[in-house]
Amino acid sequence: MIKTQNVTFSYSATQKFHFPDIDCPNGQTLLVTGNSGTGKTTLLHLLGGLLQPTAGNITINNQDILQLNAAKLDAFRGQSIGMILQKSFFIEALSVLDNVVLASWIAKKSKAKEKALSILDNLGLKDHVHKLPSQLSIGQQQRVNIARALINNPSVILADEPTSSLDDENALIVARLLSDLAKEYQSSLIIVTHDQRLKSLFNHQITLS
Amino acid sequence: MISKIAWKNTWFKPLNTFLSIILLTASVSIISILILLQKQFEEKFSSSMDNIDLVLGAKGSPLQLILSSVYQIDAPPGNISYTEAEAWMNKPMVESAVPLAYGDNYLGYKIVGTTENYTKHFDLKIQQGNLFAKDFEVVVGSNIAANIGLKIGDTFFGTHGDVEEGEVHDHHAYKVVGILVPSGKVADQLILTNIASVWHMHDHEHKGHAEEAHNHSAEEPHVHTEGEEHHHEEVNPHEGKEITAVLLKLRNNMAKMTWPRIIPQNTEMQAASPALEVNRLFALFGVGISALTYLAYGIMFISGISIFVALYNTLKERRYEFALLRITGATKFQLLWLVLLESIFLCTIGFILGIVFGRIGLYFLSVSSQEEFKMAFDPFEFLWKEEGMLFVATLAVGIVAAIIPAIKAYSLNISKTLANA
Repeated sequence: MIKTQNVTFSYSATQKFHFPDIDCPNGQTLLVTGNSGTGKTTLLHLLGGLLQPTAGNITINNQDILQLNAAKLDAFRGQSIGMILQKSFFIEALSVLDNVVLASWIAKKSKAKEKALSILDNLGLKDHVHKLPSQLSIGQQQRVNIARALINNPSVILADEPTSSLDDENALIVARLLSDLAKEYQSSLIIVTHDQRLKSLFNHQITLS
Repeated sequence: MISKIAWKNTWFKPLNTFLSIILLTASVSIISILILLQKQFEEKFSSSMDNIDLVLGAKGSPLQLILSSVYQIDAPPGNISYTEAEAWMNKPMVESAVPLAYGDNYLGYKIVGTTENYTKHFDLKIQQGNLFAKDFEVVVGSNIAANIGLKIGDTFFGTHGDVEEGEVHDHHAYKVVGILVPSGKVADQLILTNIASVWHMHDHEHKGHAEEAHNHSAEEPHVHTEGEEHHHEEVNPHEGKEITAVLLKLRNNMAKMTWPRIIPQNTEMQAASPALEVNRLFALFGVGISALTYLAYGIMFISGISIFVALYNTLKERRYEFALLRITGATKFQLLWLVLLESIFLCTIGFILGIVFGRIGLYFLSVSSQEEFKMAFDPFEFLWKEEGMLFVATLAVGIVAAIIPAIKAYSLNISKTLANA
């Protein structure tokens, strides 16, 4: 569950963003669209605690994340927020499985190896768990990202352009997969995108301008 | 888990890692060899010097006299008359005197004519058998017994001079009657007999082949000069006999100071102080050792730069990796630690390899120095303090080299990094 109220942010005196309020309960998907420069990525970074807003409230799971100090915010991010990025980033030296397990270790200090294996299996990556991430296709890499975002059962999944580098078919598959998984894991899913292909898939939408 | 990432990252870019490790290994092995060499060298020199205040010998280089008589390294500067030396050996200020007469070797190991005093002076114990009592009986050092397998009752022929390939004295055989306990001193590498044996060995030769012997002594004048004056028969058994040097322990500090001046003024001999000469030698060595140490620390400095460059260069491509760690909940401190740890791993591997290669290097050095100078080094000695310090220094280099990249990782702006991806 994630809620925001009157969130504003400015990079400089001339560039100010005022974001519409967001209210996304568990299991629901919210699509945030808008053209380049309207602050989509900025909003996502604010929600993920990577940026501090100038004013407003952001509440995740009844926790006002702006009240947390840096170290607690890092820990909270690890446990309650799963982020999926436009490009797939990995620890290149670690295997696919270790990349996913790493996220559980950082957040909870325990290695959820079995769980990582079952999520990867669900996402059709069973045969690739011991490969290096660079050996996978882009679509497969994006699915590893999803597995990593889900490993800690986050309250909120934040996805930044998760489909923009995929072809039509894969884009729809990934989008549906994300929304299904959000329901299954009872997480709030926020997808930030300019990808027109997704607009028809989701009921709840906000357009930034 | 951070250490696992650091470990895997270390091997993910093997070329960078390899370069840094080679440099570290080179510097650590050079420094560890130097540390061990210097320590064992000084130990060997100092332990053999105990109890000797002055050495009487032929005029020439005092350092050469000390090296030849106390350490059996160099050739002696010449011989001295036994009667002349005896006059000083019997003075009341002398607590003990050890005469030495050189002439022959066996398979490169020096045969030294001396008295029982030698063993007392250097506190040598007999492991098996007895001390030499009759002519041509010898006591051998423990290393010789071990290396060439001499046993009690064995006999052998000495070879003239101080090199293995000399002429063999095949008319008198030496007989092994005792083996010394290992002492870590030069005696481990010596064959001891009485002085008369050395004289007789050469008496016989000169009676038999006077002409040949004469040629011989012309070829090697400093080793065996007694041959030249040997033909005429003597009344006093010591008259005209020569020895190589006398080790003296004195009762009187005044004599220690004055004899080195008085003796050369009044006789054909000189008196040299081992302490003084060895200090001079260490000072000479010290310059070389310091130069090599500086060189090795220079290499370590370069390896530090190599680590710095390797880490710094990969920062740009690795910032997404760092951003990723942060969005999965890693703290800034964990990123700092990750970068430092990678450098620490490199340094530890370099240090361990350096110590191992240093030992191997010292082993080969020891083999060749044993062949050439009869001086062995122990490659398995660990100097915890000095090598511990070296490890600390190596780690310090690694940490200093990694500190700037680590701080860059620590202060990485994740939002900006991801937005510009």
